[in-house]
Parts: sequence; structure tokens; C-alpha cells
Amino acid sequence: MKKNRIIAQIGLYVVLILLAILFLFPLVWMVVSSFKTEPEIFADLKSFRAFVPYTFSLDNYTGVFERIPFIRYLLTSTLYVSVIVLLGLFVNSLAAYAFARMQFKGRDLLFSIVVALIIIPFESILLPLYLIIDEFDWLNTYQALIIPFIANAFNIFMFRQFFLNLPKELEESARMDGASTIRIFFQIVIPLSKPVFITVALLTFITHWGDFMWPLIATTDESVRPLQVGMQFFFHQPPVRYGHVMAALTMATIPLLIIFVFFQKYYVQGIASAGMKN
Amino acid sequence: MEPVTQKTKLNNPLPTVSPKQRKRKNLFTSYGFAAPAMILLFVFLILPAILALYYSFTNYYLLTPEKTKFVAFENYKRLAEDTLFLKSLGNTALFVVIVVPVQTLVALALALLVNQKLMGIKFFRMAFFAPVVTSMVIVSILWTFIYNPDNGLANSILNIVGLGPFQFLTDKDQAMYSIIFMSIWQGAGYQMMIFLAGLQDIPDHQYEAASIDGANAWQKLIHITIPGIRNILAFIAIVTMIAATKLFIQPFVMTQGGPLDSTKTLVYMVYETGFKFRDVGYSSAIAILFFVIVLIISILQRKFIKENTE
Repeated sequence: MKKNRIIAQIGLYVVLILLAILFLFPLVWMVVSSFKTEPEIFADLKSFRAFVPYTFSLDNYTGVFERIPFIRYLLTSTLYVSVIVLLGLFVNSLAAYAFARMQFKGRDLLFSIVVALIIIPFESILLPLYLIIDEFDWLNTYQALIIPFIANAFNIFMFRQFFLNLPKELEESARMDGASTIRIFFQIVIPLSKPVFITVALLTFITHWGDFMWPLIATTDESVRPLQVGMQFFFHQPPVRYGHVMAALTMATIPLLIIFVFFQKYYVQGIASAGMKN
Repeated sequence: MEPVTQKTKLNNPLPTVSPKQRKRKNLFTSYGFAAPAMILLFVFLILPAILALYYSFTNYYLLTPEKTKFVAFENYKRLAEDTLFLKSLGNTALFVVIVVPVQTLVALALALLVNQKLMGIKFFRMAFFAPVVTSMVIVSILWTFIYNPDNGLANSILNIVGLGPFQFLTDKDQAMYSIIFMSIWQGAGYQMMIFLAGLQDIPDHQYEAASIDGANAWQKLIHITIPGIRNILAFIAIVTMIAATKLFIQPFVMTQGGPLDSTKTLVYMVYETGFKFRDVGYSSAIAILFFVIVLIISILQRKFIKENTE
């Protein structure tokens, strides 16, 4: 009986290790290759050495910086995504608070419209949105990357769910003391709602960090080109050098990695709770 | 934003307010709270959605907007005869039909594996999740290298087990399957995490009771685990389905829809007809059809989940 269990455990580990190799080998190859010369990368393709970091040259990294404004792409992405997150937290939580706590005419109708909007896939409004942004003369500006994405129906929904579950007593006693609604919101509700703010911030950041189609269309100018689009251009920009591309990809992975390492707990809780609620 | 500031101004100089004034003030505040989001949603979501529907009934061509006129269902009729559109629809369907069940099952299997109490299990959780932390554009570029038929890792690795060489992305019969494999590789870890949270919510005593009754591992899976995560299962299947119908980045980066349009998808066509060929009317018709498909999936989801919970 005991022997069987040990065999089962070893079998389990074998399966886990094989799967881990399958999930990690492309990423390991990417990082290891970014430190190798072009001939080394190609020579190693047919052997296990493809995954062994035996040289450590930064030439590919300096090559990337010579060929594309990588830092600029990175800053552009960081900036526009952060602004979406911050303004979005503010605007969506305010709206959600109105839906959760206030009485006004048409509230429930308005909220059901918001919920219905969650279904509209962005891809189906792409072209008219482009024409609207063009009408505003916003193509190739940060506004085009930011403003359409501040309000988010799903985030309003998430905030409202959370606010509904907060105990009303604190807010009511603050109101007795004469605090205004705005003050109650900022001084009582927001501090109590930290988890939902962090979760929404993370989900928003990760979603927009991966934005591709919209920035591809709305920004043709390099000065406002985000990282994802910059990577795609670099990938197709001759001469295609494996080492350079690997270095650029490795660097482009770092920001999300950092976020994940620091906010891992919230991130996993966030995707899990998004799953549970539905 | 305007009503909010107005409201604060009103608030301060008035120590006593009549019920009527208070009611009006509250109305100001609540509309003020909701207004910024509502206005933005209207301008950047509702309005473009209405325009998409409207354009789909016109022959709006971006370079000659003055010639735009109402053409009723002309664009939709054109769709029914457009072989490229039908092919894209088929390609998208193929992707959805394979990715949804396979990725969901892979994710569930991974979650069951990493839900064991084993030494080092956290490492494996992270390993399976790692591709999720990269973005789709990045993994698409990376896998284009891996799939390179002459200088790619995929053929080297498959060679070890005596398979291949394959043409992958450069073969019209293999390109979509190559994209499917990569997409599952990238996305499964995300669903695994959701499943894992669901699995951990199933109380241990249910398993213990089953063990006492002499249930084997398979019976426990069928009678305790699966019912315990049924709603999550449905949720994940639907979310994966909707995401899969949006397939665009992978073919755009890896194959540009080729070879021979074998990886053209619905969203790819929306993009191409709209932004390359500037045929706004036709592109909008595809976009609306795409929306209807997503809508149908969502409605089916609601029905399915409701039936399950009742």
C-alpha cells in the first residue's frame, strides 16, 4: 500500500515536470537566447544547449536600443495604461457608488443598461470609434489611447457589487455628523474598499497593457506608439535578428512580471473572484 | 463633473435645508457621481455601437463619404456570397470548436494536478501560469520563431520523438492548428487559477465521507469535484468561447491571415475591410454579425447557468 503511494507520487512528479517543461521551454529559450550571438542561437537549435546560458553578452540589448526607441515605447505604454487605471478607478467607482447607495430617477434602468453594455465586444465598435476619434482630431494622441477606455461597464459592476456588501452604518453615522456625500465616499467608502480597488486596478492594467488592435489603428506615429505595437513593428523590421528580437521580448515581459510578483495575491484573487461572481 | 462642484458650493453656505432642497441636492450629487462614466460610455461605446449598426446598412466608403447612401441589407447579402468571409467564419469556428473544450479540459486537469498537497507544488503552479504573464503579441512573435520550419525549436523537439518535420505556419493545413496549440499554451494557466480557487472551496469533509464510503478517485471526481465547480466550469467555457471568437492578434502577428487565408478570422476581416480597404459599410456588417454571435453565446450562457443553479 505504502509502496504504491510512493510510485504514484513519483508518477505525479514526472507528469508535473514534463508539463512544466512544456510550459516553460519557450520562455527559457527566449531569455537564454537574448544573451547569445546570432550564430550561437542557430547552432544551438538542434541541441539541449538552446536552453543553457553559457554566454552572457549584452550586445543584443544594446542592438535593440540602437534600432528602436524601446524605452520610449515602454514609457508610452506605462503612462497611458496608468492614466486609464487611475481615471478609471475614480470615474467607475463614483458611478458605482451612485448605483449602490443613492436614490434617483431612472437609476435601475440606467444600471441595467450599464450591465447590458458589458456584452458589447470592443472589436465590433472599432471602426466607428476610430471615426469618432478622428472627428475629435485625436488620432496619434494620448487622448485616443486613454479617454475611450476610462469608463468601463464591467468595472462599474464590480465596484457596485462590493459597495452593496459594505455595512451602511458607518456611512449613515457620518451623514448624521453632517458629512457630505463626497466626503463620505472619499473618507469612509474608499478606505473600506481597498481590495476591490486593487483588483480592478490590476485587471484594468493587465488588460490594457496587452492592448494591440486599437493602438495599432489609432497611433501611426512613433511618438505615441505603445510597447505591443512597437514589438510587432520591430519583429517585421528587416533585418530580422533572432537575438535582437529575443532581447526586446525579454525586456517587454519584465513590467508585467514585476506587477505579478508584487501583486500576485490580489491578482489571483481577482481572477478567481471574477470567476466566482459570474 | 459640473454638477458635483455646483453641489459642494450649494452645500456650504446653507446650514439648514428644507426637505425639498435636500432632495434636489441629493439628485445633483447622484447624477454628478454617475454622469462622468455615463457620458463616456455613451460617447465611446453606445454611440459607436449605434453607428456600426447604421453603417452596416449603408455603402459608406471612407474615401467618398459624400456618396454614402442607404442600401438596406445589401452588405449582409454580400456577406452570404463572399467566399473569403465564409472561410473566415469557418476558420473562427474551427478555432472556437477546438480551443474551448481542449483549453477548458487542459486547465481543469492542470488545476487538479496542482491542487495536490505536494512539495514544490507552488513552483508548478507558477510554471503553468507563466505564459499568462507575457502578452499575446510577445508570445505570438516568440512562437513564430519556434514554429520556423527550418530554424525552429518545434521541429528540433519533435524530431527527438521521431515526428516531423512540419511546415507549421507556412502550410495552409497546419497554420490554424499551430495557432490553436500556442493559444492553449498561453491561456490555460489563467483558467487553471480560476479552477484552482473553485477546487479549494470544496470542503474536505465531502472527500473524507466519500473515502469512508469506499469511493475511488474517479468517482470522487465525477460525484464531488465536477458538481462542486459546475458553475465555474460553465463560466470558463463561455468566457473562453467569447475570447476565442475574437481571435486576431495571433494571425495578425504570425501569419497575416495566410497562407491562402487559412488563418483569416472574423475580426481580422473587420480590420482588413475597414482599415485596409476602407469599406466602412461592409466592415460594419461583419462587425454587427460578430456582435450577434457574441450575444447569442452570452444568452446561451445565462440560460445554461440558470438551469444549473435552479
